Amino acid sequence: MVDTMNDKWIHACSVQDVPENGGVCVKVADLQIALFHFKRRGEWYATQNECPHRHQMALSRGMIGSQGDEPKVACPFHKKTFSLKTGECLSGDECAIKTYQVRVDDDQVFLSITDDEL
Amino acid sequence: MKIIIVGNGMVGFKLCEKLVAKSTKSLDLIVFGEEMRPAYDRVHLSEFFNGKSAEELQLAPSSWYADKGIELIIGDPILEIDRKAKSVRSYLGRVAYYDYLILATGSAAFVPPIPGVEKAGVFIYRTIEDLVLMQSWAPKAKTGAVIGGGLLGLEAAKAMIDLGVCDTHVIEFAPRLMPRQIDDAGSSLLQGKLESLGLTIHTSKNTQEILGESAISGMQFQDESILPVDMLVISAGIKPRDELARACGLEVGPRGGIVVNQYMQTSDHHILAIGECALYEGMIYGLVAPGYDMAEAAVSTLLGLEKTFQGFDMSTKLKLIGVDVASFGDPFVTGNDAHTIVFEDRNKGIYKRVNISPDGKELLGGILIGDADQYNMLLQTCKNKVVLPPNPEDILLGARGGEHDGGAGVTSLPDEAVICSCEAVSKGDISSHVLEGAATLDDIKKCCKAGTGCGGCVPMVKDIINHTLKAQGIYVRNVICEHFEFSRQELMDLIRLHDLRSYDEVLTVHGQGDGCETCKPLVASILASLWNELILDKGNDTAQDSNDRFLANIQKGGTYSVVPRIPGGEITPDKLIVIGQVAKEFNLYTKITGGQRIDLFGAHLSDLPTIWEQLIAAGFESGHAYGKALRTVKSCVGSTWCRFGLHDSVSFAIQIEERYRGIRAPHKIKGGVSGCIRECAEAQSKDFGIIATEKGWNLHVCGNGGSKPQHALLLASDLDSETCIRYIDRFLMFYIKTADPLTRTATWLNKLEGGMDYLRNVVVNDSLGLGAELETEMQSLVDNYVCEWKAAVENPAFRKRFSHFVNAPEEKDPTVQFDELREQKMAKAWK
Repeated sequence: MVDTMNDKWIHACSVQDVPENGGVCVKVADLQIALFHFKRRGEWYATQNECPHRHQMALSRGMIGSQGDEPKVACPFHKKTFSLKTGECLSGDECAIKTYQVRVDDDQVFLSITDDEL
Repeated sequence: MKIIIVGNGMVGFKLCEKLVAKSTKSLDLIVFGEEMRPAYDRVHLSEFFNGKSAEELQLAPSSWYADKGIELIIGDPILEIDRKAKSVRSYLGRVAYYDYLILATGSAAFVPPIPGVEKAGVFIYRTIEDLVLMQSWAPKAKTGAVIGGGLLGLEAAKAMIDLGVCDTHVIEFAPRLMPRQIDDAGSSLLQGKLESLGLTIHTSKNTQEILGESAISGMQFQDESILPVDMLVISAGIKPRDELARACGLEVGPRGGIVVNQYMQTSDHHILAIGECALYEGMIYGLVAPGYDMAEAAVSTLLGLEKTFQGFDMSTKLKLIGVDVASFGDPFVTGNDAHTIVFEDRNKGIYKRVNISPDGKELLGGILIGDADQYNMLLQTCKNKVVLPPNPEDILLGARGGEHDGGAGVTSLPDEAVICSCEAVSKGDISSHVLEGAATLDDIKKCCKAGTGCGGCVPMVKDIINHTLKAQGIYVRNVICEHFEFSRQELMDLIRLHDLRSYDEVLTVHGQGDGCETCKPLVASILASLWNELILDKGNDTAQDSNDRFLANIQKGGTYSVVPRIPGGEITPDKLIVIGQVAKEFNLYTKITGGQRIDLFGAHLSDLPTIWEQLIAAGFESGHAYGKALRTVKSCVGSTWCRFGLHDSVSFAIQIEERYRGIRAPHKIKGGVSGCIRECAEAQSKDFGIIATEKGWNLHVCGNGGSKPQHALLLASDLDSETCIRYIDRFLMFYIKTADPLTRTATWLNKLEGGMDYLRNVVVNDSLGLGAELETEMQSLVDNYVCEWKAAVENPAFRKRFSHFVNAPEEKDPTVQFDELREQKMAKAWK
């Protein structure tokens, strides 16, 4: 995990606030960020909450899973799937989503967001 | 090499795509388009009116061109070609130089010189801009007409109906519709079908004048009749856009079109022309597939490859206003050159004609109307000159009997047979990709693009994959997804056997990987069908599709709709008032559903628990409109009020709805009870439908509405209420245990070997000896029922999950926006 100078760690919520193997939406200033606790893999992921296909704030309500070894999330609207690692669209479209780094410290979850995004 | 493409339509775009894919060197490529947007899908233009956005119709975003190093200049038409200097000049004064120039200028609508065509309310049907103009005019129009009963004309007529112009007329000059593709008999059947859908068709009609002051008010025909209309679309054919070529002295045809050879070269070999502006051997090809083929040939010429254009088969299959229409090969050949076999079913609206060689060995062409499922097979048989069976009528009727192996057909095709004509992929290509490891449709789509165009070849591609795998000795199983190597039925048995209760357990014990959006809701549904435990418990909430996870239907914009159960459609005035009060308090759009209940739209996620708390306090329960579960049992008012009613259909409907409420199944289930044979509850369109008789109830099963309506079939007659319920228990449980995922009862029955006779044996005659077991299983589901919403609002941990922001639960999603509509709100349109 790279911690650059411009990144800020912002507190999101506690571990218990996020359903296991599911997501929640975190409000950071005017940004909406989807935060996922992939319990099965012991991993945390964060992406933009907006699905780029129909611009709906919905990815946090999507089902997560894997394609091969790639962790992914499926938008609840039209089941477009995106890699949780790279943000790349796995359903063959040319749209990608932003991903963010997540840190868990003492039961608290933090998101890394660059200054220029806030 | 400097290349300039003039025209950014579908064919121009395909040329870019193929050039980028095939060129090994970097290209200096400029594309000029005169429209204000990058290339879009003109074939599916009418979907614009069904809510598809211009952006969605786009073939690729502007960024695609930039990524590939293509300079795309839109909204700036080319005005002049200087062949000596090898340059072009645009409207905005840009000058660019080329080594090769490709004209992909397409065509324009042909507008016949009828006096009055300039009047307001007269449109052509060609670009998104044309559609936007039609869209703004249509609300004022009551009666519309289309000049032209060909392919595009009928598309335009559909567009008008979609725009809400109910009284739409089609005016065709020839004596029949689609004169170039289909024969008289087929045309008359198509006409009948279209008329039954509300279109009025006039053939042999010649428009003489368009009437009206500044705007159109009517049309006058040569036979002196007059048709009052306030909107008109002209779709009488196309004319090639050859004006640039003409002005710079390239050879053009006597009736237009830029003359090209098989290399797509014009009379100046540094200039190529492709698509609808090109004239090859005296012919303009007005379809997209030959245009793509020309693009391929042009790429070959530019890059020194071998492929040339050899003319193109004009076979076509399409859905016109819901009616399948296809023609292939030579559809009209008659006399000594061919024998014709015709199958006509006026009852179902099906017409099929095939023309075979006089020796009965070869298929020359044909026409299919009303049912074109056999199109791909017949087209390939025709193109590849596959020898026909001894009784050639089998190619039409064999499949109709339902005993024909739909997949066996592909084995008889040679490897050269082109399966996907949009992307020019042959059977051999697909088989070899399968042998190299592409074992699924998605794999094939990725590696050779087969099936990604119109999608018509997808069933054949699947068959080829399966046959190739089988030929390799690989056992092809109907498995769920990459995480479970089982069919739904196998997995259900395993889960029951091992008494598993959560998705995670099931994945750990029987699966691999981390699950996905296919297996999660499927397993969650199996768990619910087996144990009927609360679907939000044991971590199963995150395995549910969004609707089940939040116990409401997600709608455009991210709000949810709320449907309380109203059993049998019976409701007291007090309860009606509560629904109204709740809707007012939370500002919800209300609408009566097709299943005799009331849908409340536009609820914020965080309002759902409070809304339900109020509804539950008034005696409502979840309606499970969000689940693959029993929806409603619709009823007519029956003997309590109706003077024809034989039994109390409302009471029976309520009893049945309350029995099966909340039961999860492979797909949604709907029921109906009618109090007499007049069938006002439309029970025969339901998964189970009950109709009162003098002696009891008739039970019909496996009907549905939807895109392929199917009537329910009679399972048993004159039953008493208790037996009727027992049979429904057995029927539903048998369906739940054996159906494939997301399969309605009608489709399940269609696939069930032995069909209705077999099902009747299982349910009524208990031929498998399963009757008692099925009834016990159903009874345990019934006994385990609790209202999910009641459980959810009473549990603080569940309740907490109904908020948009985890770190600001009191705030609503600020991006949710509404528009106004008839004194209520509606979701903002997709961006």
